[in-house]
Amino acid sequence: MQIINLIKRKIFKQQAGIISVEAPAASFSIKNLLGGKNVGDLVFQNVLRFFASILLLIVVLMVIQMVNQSMPSIKQFGWNFIKNNTWDPVKEEYSAWPFIFGTLYSSLLALLIALPLSLGVSIFLSEFAPRWLEKIVSLLVELLAAVPSIVYGLFGIFVLAPWLRTTIEPALGNKFGFLPLFTGPPYGLGMFAAVIILVVMILPIITSISRDVMKAIPVTQREAAYALGATKWEVVKIILGGAKSGIVGATLLGLGRAVGETMAVTMVIGNTPQISYSLFEPGHTMASVIANEFSEATSTLHVSSLIEISLLLFIITVILNAAARLIVWGVTKKYKGRK
Amino acid sequence: MHNVELLNITETADSNISNKKAENKKEKIKVDKLNAFFGNVKALNNISLSFSENTVTAIIGPSGCGKSTLLRCINRMHEEVSGTYEGIISLDDENIKDNDPVWLRRKIGMIFQKPNPFPTMSIMDNVTAGLRLNGIRNRSKLKEIAEQSLRQAFLWDEVKDILKQPGIALSGGQQQRLCIARTLAVSPEVILMDEPASALDPLSTNKIEELIFELKKSYTVIIVTHNMQQAARVSDYTAFMYLGELVEYNKTANIFTNPSNKRTEEYVTGRFG
Ligand SMILES: Nc1ncnc2c1ncn2[C@@H]1O[C@H](COP(=O)(O)OP(=O)(O)OP(=O)(O)O)[C@@H](O)[C@H]1O
Ligand SMILES: [Mg+2]
Repeated sequence: MQIINLIKRKIFKQQAGIISVEAPAASFSIKNLLGGKNVGDLVFQNVLRFFASILLLIVVLMVIQMVNQSMPSIKQFGWNFIKNNTWDPVKEEYSAWPFIFGTLYSSLLALLIALPLSLGVSIFLSEFAPRWLEKIVSLLVELLAAVPSIVYGLFGIFVLAPWLRTTIEPALGNKFGFLPLFTGPPYGLGMFAAVIILVVMILPIITSISRDVMKAIPVTQREAAYALGATKWEVVKIILGGAKSGIVGATLLGLGRAVGETMAVTMVIGNTPQISYSLFEPGHTMASVIANEFSEATSTLHVSSLIEISLLLFIITVILNAAARLIVWGVTKKYKGRK
Repeated sequence: MHNVELLNITETADSNISNKKAENKKEKIKVDKLNAFFGNVKALNNISLSFSENTVTAIIGPSGCGKSTLLRCINRMHEEVSGTYEGIISLDDENIKDNDPVWLRRKIGMIFQKPNPFPTMSIMDNVTAGLRLNGIRNRSKLKEIAEQSLRQAFLWDEVKDILKQPGIALSGGQQQRLCIARTLAVSPEVILMDEPASALDPLSTNKIEELIFELKKSYTVIIVTHNMQQAARVSDYTAFMYLGELVEYNKTANIFTNPSNKRTEEYVTGRFG
């Protein structure tokens, strides 16, 4: 919740062009002898610098540690670690592709479903809903974002999975069994449950940020569109155009959340390292294999392989976040124009 | 401060001419017994006047007297903020409520106080935004109309080499002329301007005023302004409003030289408001 709000604010400010690339800490206090600089400011600046470098240091140390500890596995398997499909602690053969696949497949599917839903809800909230309804729905959406993932996991195990097994999956299998998405026996616990849980988890993030970004588009824009003879829907399109960067950012944040989600997914995905496009089949993700096997991993190679997976997960998340920032920054910069 | 000599009045004021009607020209817009509300609050009280073709009418009056509300009733933007009105407003003798507001707003363009180009669109896209809403996709056609509108708005020479750049990269005055070009592009018949120059520097204001003078050759222009000299310079008729009522409506020359109402006189001479 806190974090979402922080990020929201950040996106806003970027969108509004408030955050400049390097905001100099302006000092309005009385200048004194130190070359026109204030002692307090100098001390303050250096303390901040120190904290900032600590952050950087932590990240660097983490990466070094991860690389260091995954060395045995990197040496043993090389690139095959990413390419192969076997994960067999008994034979001491490890490779990460099923997990990478599971992570990407579940996250992307979840995003594919969540994005249109979130956009629909946020358009409704910002453009169509009466104020009171908007307040209520927004509150519910924010509440959804605050639910701990273990709660979603439990809900998945005890409510969602049985329902999928007995009702939804058989029905889908009967009707659409010819699609690769819906083949195999209905387990309940599997990719389907994981995707649905992920949808519920990322929906509020994307919705609330997109809604805020759309609401931040000034009334003058709407009026400009109306006065040109735009219909309600055309006004929405123009607003979407203006909110594009924020929505892209929100989407990538949602994707980041889905990729990193551990607890709830572990509880419902079935934890079977295999590659299947069928939603009914169980799968595995990078985060869930780490959570599952860390406590029981005894051999050096097993531990090291798990750490290498965490390194890969770290890299994927960093890339996603960097991409989010670059896109948001790129879109805003393109249209920021002259001051 | 309100220099009457500026007016360059040639015709002698005849205060007996129907003070609610511009003579000789076709009445484009008629407002009849208009009462406008925000919820239960009445913002306009029993306003009747008409605006003639090829004239510029200035609406003046102290802040909060309902000038913007009157404009926004005419293009039905008043309804977008869930306002309501009673009475009849007609365009070419047709009640504006009988038609789709979307259609109406293509006939009655509006320029706002603060320039509001679409920030994510280029200059070109801004000018053609309304056309594209109308479903015109043909690129050469769009380009042609864009150039024509930009020329009409006296902006073409300044932007012809940077049409791909974002509209908000222009100066405030240029942005306002861009917004005017955007409005002209959909070829409206009436242009409403709500303090179009109040956010601009004197030079840009000058340009806008010149532009208004040109516009009246082809359009019906209604302009809200707080600037007395501006009203005197650009308008043929002036309506003075006070507390939601129309106090006096007459030829601009009459309003500024020989107002029949005491309040009008006080206002145009700067003694209140
Ligand atoms: N959205 C609104 N909701 C409720 N009341 C409003 C709204 N907009 C305007 N009003 C009220 O209607 C009255 C007329 O407002 P209007 O904006 O038409 O004045 P104006 O003459 O344009 O003033 P200004 O010169 O300051 O622009 C004012 O008393 C104002 O408080
Ligand atoms: Mg106003």
